[in-house]
Amino acid sequence: MSLEILTYSFMHRALISGIAIAILCSVVGLFLVLRRYSLFGDAIAHSSFGGIALGLLAGVYPLWTAYGVSIVSALIITKVKDKYNISGDASIAVLLSSGIAVGLVIIGFSGGFTIDIFSFLFGSILLVSVDETILILALTGIILIVILSLYRQLLYSTFNEEQAKVSGIPVEKINYLIIFMAGITVVTSIQLVGVLLISALFVIPNVTAIMYGRGFKQTVIISMSLSVFSVVVGILISYIFDITPAGTIVLLSIGLLAATMGIKSAGLLSKN
Amino acid sequence: MLKIVEINNLTAKYPDVKALDDVSFTVNQGDFLGIIGPNGAGKSTLFDCMLNLNTKYDGIIKFFDKDIRKSKDYLREIGYVPQKPIFERNFPVTVNDVVRMGLRNESDENKIDEILQQLWIHELSERRIGELSGGQQQRVFIAKALVTNPKILILDEPVTGIDQQSIDLFYSILRELNSKQKITIIWSSHDLDAVNKLANHVACLNRTLFFHGKSEKFFSDDDLIKQYSEASMQEHMHHH
Repeated sequence: MSLEILTYSFMHRALISGIAIAILCSVVGLFLVLRRYSLFGDAIAHSSFGGIALGLLAGVYPLWTAYGVSIVSALIITKVKDKYNISGDASIAVLLSSGIAVGLVIIGFSGGFTIDIFSFLFGSILLVSVDETILILALTGIILIVILSLYRQLLYSTFNEEQAKVSGIPVEKINYLIIFMAGITVVTSIQLVGVLLISALFVIPNVTAIMYGRGFKQTVIISMSLSVFSVVVGILISYIFDITPAGTIVLLSIGLLAATMGIKSAGLLSKN
Repeated sequence: MLKIVEINNLTAKYPDVKALDDVSFTVNQGDFLGIIGPNGAGKSTLFDCMLNLNTKYDGIIKFFDKDIRKSKDYLREIGYVPQKPIFERNFPVTVNDVVRMGLRNESDENKIDEILQQLWIHELSERRIGELSGGQQQRVFIAKALVTNPKILILDEPVTGIDQQSIDLFYSILRELNSKQKITIIWSSHDLDAVNKLANHVACLNRTLFFHGKSEKFFSDDDLIKQYSEASMQEHMHHH
């Protein structure tokens, strides 16, 4: 197999979008993982399934409805969780199942549109259009700018909420901001790995990067690098062997996690 | 003397028992106030109210002559060191990262090195916070509190679970901050001896305030100390 695949414009779009999504997911995901919210990405993704079905039924571009439904439902569930004192994992379960339930009911009403749904469940990065690539790049840019400019507030309120409050950081607003950014990130990433494997991009590179025992910025850089590596190599391998990119990307990042665990067990990394 | 904290008729419930009952006292600039009292005496509730973490109280708390219900600006002047900071052991932040969180102005970067040196944790600056001993972590949190140049340092039983050598070092740091840098310190402790040695004022709390004044006065009055010990003992028995 030659380097010819790198000359295809669909491949350019796939790689560019893939790299942007990889970076975005690893940064936003790190805050979720550190807040013990690892499965929240998954829950938002499942709730976006309801949004996608709604879009397909209404004849609207499904990701627009997915953005709306997942962001709104994520913010609502966060509010409800705080108000009624529901634990984090239970609220994730509620969000996750309600999204799928809504999706299934809508699909039932419409008589089924299985083919379209399939690409949202498992991703279709090789089919990403120019417009979609631009949207992905723009959203990635905006979210990264927001994170960079609120870096201290985001990190501090993740590290210790009470102390952050005493330092005058609007912790509640920051929490909602993280949920909001997670909502956008998840729906943006659906094209790469689909609804079902989103949390892999959020969680696995970060869990791996944390094991390297470094400071925050280095952890972010390690996580981004691992994530970009898995996505780029995953897209190329999957094209060459004609297998699904989503599965390949996730397996590669699990491979990197396993390798890191191996290195750590061999005593080559600090104990932490 | 400049009055910087003024607490008037503070009553707070936790959750439905009165944790603080009609507590009033003032703190002047430069004071080193030791707040003592048995477990459950309301020390943490008092701090939560003072730090705006608990807003469900009756009475008035003023910092720098302003009601804290009306303005939160006073929080900028406070460095707070909690009892036992809670964080994940493998949270990926170094000592430097933690101290930097306290920094409001990026241009104060040089301040970090200076404070790490002052607190004897300079060599640990690139180590992860979770790898350090309790005493070292405590100093990191003091460094974080100091990096903003606070006028007041509030410490909630800051030596719980720390070895004696670290405690001694910690106390000498506090003394220096108060005497040389003129930082007002409000400090809750179980350790009467330490309060006797360090603090110049004492507030003795057991839901109500049963003493507030100069520390010489408290420690030279055997009746007061006896009363305090009895109250502590009762609380102790109550707990077991």
